[in-house]
Amino acid sequence: MLHIKNLSLSFSRYGGMSFRKVPLKIISDFNIAVHTGEMVAVIGSSGAGKSLLAHAILGILPSNAKLTGDIEFKGSRLTESRKKRIRGNEIALVPQSVAFLDPLESVKKNIQRAAFLNTGSTAKAGIMMNDAFDKYGLADNVGGLLPFQLSGGMARRVLIAAATVSGADLIIADEPTTGLDRNAIDDSLRVLKELTSEGKGVLLITHDIRAALKYADSIAVFYGGTTLEIAAPEDFKHPEKLRHPYTKDLYSSLPENGFVPVAGLNPFGDMIPAGCVYGERCSRKNELCETSRPDRKRINNGDVWCHHA
Amino acid sequence: MISRQTASIRKSAAFLGEKTFRLAMVMCLVCAMSFVLVQNSPVDPVRAYIGADANQIGTEQRTLIAERWGLDRPPAERFIRWAGQIVRGNLGTSMIFNEPVASVIGKRFIVSLGLMAAAWVLSGILGFALGIISGVWHRRAVSKIIDLYCFVLASAPVFWIAIILLVFFSVMLQWTPVSGSTPPGIPAGEITLAQRLHHMLLPCASLSVISIAGVALHTKKKTVEIMQSDYILYARARGESAFGIVLRHVLRNSLLPAISLHFSSLNEIFGGSVLVEQVFGYPGLGKATVDAGIRGDVPLLLGITIFTTIFIFFGNAAADYLYTVIDPRMRHMEKINEY
Repeated sequence: MLHIKNLSLSFSRYGGMSFRKVPLKIISDFNIAVHTGEMVAVIGSSGAGKSLLAHAILGILPSNAKLTGDIEFKGSRLTESRKKRIRGNEIALVPQSVAFLDPLESVKKNIQRAAFLNTGSTAKAGIMMNDAFDKYGLADNVGGLLPFQLSGGMARRVLIAAATVSGADLIIADEPTTGLDRNAIDDSLRVLKELTSEGKGVLLITHDIRAALKYADSIAVFYGGTTLEIAAPEDFKHPEKLRHPYTKDLYSSLPENGFVPVAGLNPFGDMIPAGCVYGERCSRKNELCETSRPDRKRINNGDVWCHHA
Repeated sequence: MISRQTASIRKSAAFLGEKTFRLAMVMCLVCAMSFVLVQNSPVDPVRAYIGADANQIGTEQRTLIAERWGLDRPPAERFIRWAGQIVRGNLGTSMIFNEPVASVIGKRFIVSLGLMAAAWVLSGILGFALGIISGVWHRRAVSKIIDLYCFVLASAPVFWIAIILLVFFSVMLQWTPVSGSTPPGIPAGEITLAQRLHHMLLPCASLSVISIAGVALHTKKKTVEIMQSDYILYARARGESAFGIVLRHVLRNSLLPAISLHFSSLNEIFGGSVLVEQVFGYPGLGKATVDAGIRGDVPLLLGITIFTTIFIFFGNAAADYLYTVIDPRMRHMEKINEY
């Protein structure tokens, strides 16, 4: 349904010692595919630019952003004007937090508006809203509540309900687990997972590896603004099946797998090297890694971007 | 358990109680301070009373008047006697109008009220609209023009703007009358509403100019903040059009602070009316204030001071109260406490 090929995103800003605008690269050569009925998780550290990926797909980036590469949605190119047309009814966003809700708009009005933007009919929107209230266990009195009165888990259900009444086929969930306890995390991810059985595609953007492994059908590892590996969740059960040195290091850094740290920091912006983005911290680095970006290799039904794989 | 209704009555009672207490405190302070100021001013009530006949009246007669008015008593005693009359509602008699102060204020205030209300409403609507436009199209040409306009207005003295308007529209173009609130030489009963509005036009325009800049700049700042907020980003992601975003999210969220600000700017309009009425010879409360000051009419001056204090106090209290009524977050606070 969604195919992203070699997506790059940079911002022009005033920086360094010059008075001219210089580009700041956030995402480079990013690749991913989301198919119908599939939940794909993009995992990466906080602040790495994952949310901007969602904004890029929806066409809501700030005006100083420059986007290159190909995004294909339902078989045809997703241009900026098409994004503008289909966002909110073919692609929907489940935002990060309650801060994305208008503080003066009640839950009911909010969901009804999302349904109205989809159907263009007040009557249909009302029916869809009532269905969504039933489906997501929102009591009637919740409808009159304002965003500041919602708990984290409740807010998440409201945001997901708003995304589903929009009738979208692709749902982009941006960090839907932040600030929630274990039960609420399971609750909100289960709801998203159910959407895949209705034939929708879900792009899950998260830093919560455990949650991603539990629910996603495919895991894309995001590091230094690009994809390093796309693996099945099962691969994480057997570290020898993982393809990229970073994914392996990530695996061993989990508390249950030895808690082994890797020296260095995630590169961001100007610090991203020209060669392999993991080069500086990788134990297998050689000259080739420093000079050229690896191309995609397909191994065991997974993708990897590494010279050594 | 207390019901919601009793809780809300209790809340209103607490609000009223607090405001009444504050008003009493403010009144005490204002009365004391204005008394001290008048006491130490060069205004001599006896001379103001005698007026043009000053040369024909001897020193003994002056002392006699002063004694009759109690001006030979110590200031503290005079203050207590004056304050006692004020509390009983007796503001004294105006020397220049030869009428009770309360009735002078009443008549003059009616004239000013129309002018001030029109200017207040006009500046609120215009200022809010300009602020929204400037905020939504932040950094575009239209926003820069509005900002420049607001900064110029905010820094120009109101009497100067009034004179410029007067010179341009009344003297050069002769579209509007030069002075007064009604055409001269026509009996009060025959004056039409159109004539009154015609006379009000320029004073109202000059007066609204002061508040427009404040409301517009404040609304703009709030609007820019809203436009950069996460909920506007989300609204765009949901496919809301630019017009829908302004209508559904920007207007409501920036209206609350604007209303509150505009109520507390009542004092600016009141202060401005003194200058504007003077320039246009508009016979309202502002002009009466200037006349009372220049001609040494102490009772009228003090009466106007007290009246102004009450008026502005109610403006601010209304702003406080409205905020709790129109902001749904404030209304819902009670519900939260119940959970």
